[in-house]
Amino acid sequence: MNLGFLKKLRVFVSLLFFVLTSLLFLDFTSSLSTALFSSITYLEFVPSLLKFVNLLTFTSIGFLIILILNIFFGRVYCSTICPLGTLQDIISFFGKKFSKKKKFKFSKPLNKLRYSILVITTLTFLGGTILAVNILDPYSNFGRIMVQFFKPAVVLLNNIVSYILESMKLYWVYPSEIRGFRITSLILPVICLGLVGWLSYFKGRLYCNSVCPVGSLLGIISKFSLFKIEIDLSTCENCGHCGTVCKSSCIDVKNKTVDFTRCVSCFNCFEICPTLGLKYKYSYGKESAVLSSEEENDRRKFLLSSTAYLLGYAGLSFGQNKVKVYTLNTVPVFVKSPVSPPGSQSIERFNHICTACNLCVTACPTQVLQPSFFEYGLTGMFQPRFNNNYGYCNFDCLKCGEVCPTGAILPLKVEQKRVTQVGRAKFIKENCVVETQKTDCGACSEHCPTKAVKMIPYNNLFLPEVKEEFCVGCGACEHACPTIPYKAIYIEGNPVHKTAEKPKEEKIEKKIDLKEDFPF
Amino acid sequence: MDRRVFLKTGVTAGAALALGRYDNLFANYAENIDMVAVKGGEPDIMLDKAIEAFGGMGSFVKKGQKVVIKPNIGWDVDPERAGNTNPKLVGRLIEHCYNAGAKEVYVFDHTCDDWKRCYSTSGIEKAAKDKKATVVPGNTENYYQKVTIKEGKRLKETSVHELILSSDVFINLPVLKNHSSSKLSISMKNLMGVVWDRGYWHKNDLHQCIADFATAYKPTLNIIDAYNVMMKNGPRGVSKADVVQMKNLIITRDIVAADAAAAKVFGMDPATVGHIKYASDMNVGKMDLSKLNIKRIIL
Repeated sequence: MNLGFLKKLRVFVSLLFFVLTSLLFLDFTSSLSTALFSSITYLEFVPSLLKFVNLLTFTSIGFLIILILNIFFGRVYCSTICPLGTLQDIISFFGKKFSKKKKFKFSKPLNKLRYSILVITTLTFLGGTILAVNILDPYSNFGRIMVQFFKPAVVLLNNIVSYILESMKLYWVYPSEIRGFRITSLILPVICLGLVGWLSYFKGRLYCNSVCPVGSLLGIISKFSLFKIEIDLSTCENCGHCGTVCKSSCIDVKNKTVDFTRCVSCFNCFEICPTLGLKYKYSYGKESAVLSSEEENDRRKFLLSSTAYLLGYAGLSFGQNKVKVYTLNTVPVFVKSPVSPPGSQSIERFNHICTACNLCVTACPTQVLQPSFFEYGLTGMFQPRFNNNYGYCNFDCLKCGEVCPTGAILPLKVEQKRVTQVGRAKFIKENCVVETQKTDCGACSEHCPTKAVKMIPYNNLFLPEVKEEFCVGCGACEHACPTIPYKAIYIEGNPVHKTAEKPKEEKIEKKIDLKEDFPF
Repeated sequence: MDRRVFLKTGVTAGAALALGRYDNLFANYAENIDMVAVKGGEPDIMLDKAIEAFGGMGSFVKKGQKVVIKPNIGWDVDPERAGNTNPKLVGRLIEHCYNAGAKEVYVFDHTCDDWKRCYSTSGIEKAAKDKKATVVPGNTENYYQKVTIKEGKRLKETSVHELILSSDVFINLPVLKNHSSSKLSISMKNLMGVVWDRGYWHKNDLHQCIADFATAYKPTLNIIDAYNVMMKNGPRGVSKADVVQMKNLIITRDIVAADAAAAKVFGMDPATVGHIKYASDMNVGKMDLSKLNIKRIIL
């Protein structure tokens, strides 16, 4: 049977996933439906696996589908669904166009390297830190590259179009701004894009077969696949074409063998073989167990939780515009714990599940979610946290929980969200406008959605007072507080999220007589 | 140009200039009304009555003019919470503007909560688009241009949304409500939604800054929505229990009188609200309503 069509199918499916996945990360206007988010990310291996092991829910078995496909046909994930894989194919495509070296050739597997990376990643994960998974997960790497490099470009383009249209009085496209840029957020995407770009430009899928732990894991399973790509010795004419198009450099033309652990199922060889000499052949392999529940229990026992907060000091407030008459305040703000997104339940839980893919960073309409650096400590690097300098969590917004593919941020119902206390407001009277300028302000109380921050009479003025039991930690007060250089009100994160009291509803006793004359 | 044609047009134009603005002839009977207060009807009906009392929308909007309407769309709360201007009122006002011959009508606010959610949840985006107004965001700095406030005591300069600067007619459409910063949020407070840096106001004597801004940017018309009034927990409110249905509407060119009247409807002495008092002292408008010709309509 001519299996050449499989290559065309693979190209189509991979580009489809690539475009859709990219759109998710570039959707800075939050206009895509959350159903699209969840259906695209459903099949992403690491997020889906994490969601499954942490929630033990059968609604997140995307990774099982990948594994089953893998057990049948090898690493189909790597060539179709993995967006970093397709990104490499695109770079590789242009590499072959522009460089002198037009052909691939067989190379030996870098087994020591790839398996040690897999072992280290697995062991550190079982040991309780997700850091290595975060740094190496291809989906999350792709997300960070999109959010840090391509999103700004798209926003810029959007703003240029918006500017041109608005000069013609057409308000069709709205300008946007990217708040909270931090150079540290570029560390991982720069390294990853550099490495992936360089390797794929010259060596096809070498990254996937030497660095990527997902590739190595799926490769091990490929060993036991029911159907493997093999060279049919009876029809092979020794032309060697297949070896020149193999991105994984896994076809040994001399010995007529295929290293199926490295094959990413791109099907280029099927298409090029003049004699249909490359085939999927049934082999009598055994299935391998993936992650037993025992291992999972072990993992929980060995959670290393103590390091998370060692370095967890949030950055100080940034200054605002120039001031003329305003007197600066004096009390520095030291935050003990950062704020993790609502639905993450606790910082510890969040730190162990989030792969820092940055999808929620793009989806968050107020941009309060920003990649962290050391706020969560070493193990939680680059995972998103609240940064109220750039925004605050909109009271009824549920977006981050809706898009999170790993279950690190669980979806909330709006009633739950309204009482989810991610932190508590702390007031520093000495920094407050009312105290330092002796004039009314009230910006904090104004923005508070639960009126946990109330204004109480104070020297003929009104001073904020915080009732922590009603506070949800949204950060609206901190964001609105105009004082510099330090905030007079800030959010202290709850390491374990709590439930806030619902604001009290008291009916107003006021008689309205619609026929009564006006009071003036 | 043909000499005759030139003469003809010249004479016609001269005559037109000599006679002045025709529309004033017809609007004359309403000329001496300073304020219209309406009570007891639906928001759109009360607006119809008030505008009729002023001699029609033509008194404010001329043919071919560009109109900007500034409702309060500050919060991501639905209409019954009364945190934002009533969408029905916004819709009907746009109709009046177009009926009076407005070329374009724009609607925007610099919101506090996420602007897209505010525009949508408030119902104002839909109401405005249904009536063919252009809905413009106010939440990126590029829309704002630096202006100086000559008479400002604390606020000497600020940045104002380009639509306010470029429109012929500026209609201020606030909702009356309790406010934790400024005591009441009415017409003058609503103008905080046309500037960029509100933090500056907050830290430099909020009440004075509100009054300062009103010295320089007086709306053509102030229309106060006091149909549903948030009596406490303002400006965002925490539940429907904060709201009392009063069914009032106040319309006037005088922004201080507007706020003074609305404060009284709310049940407060306007002189106890800092910015109303300051604005009155700075002669922005009249806080003393006894000197005004007010038309009162109870439906």
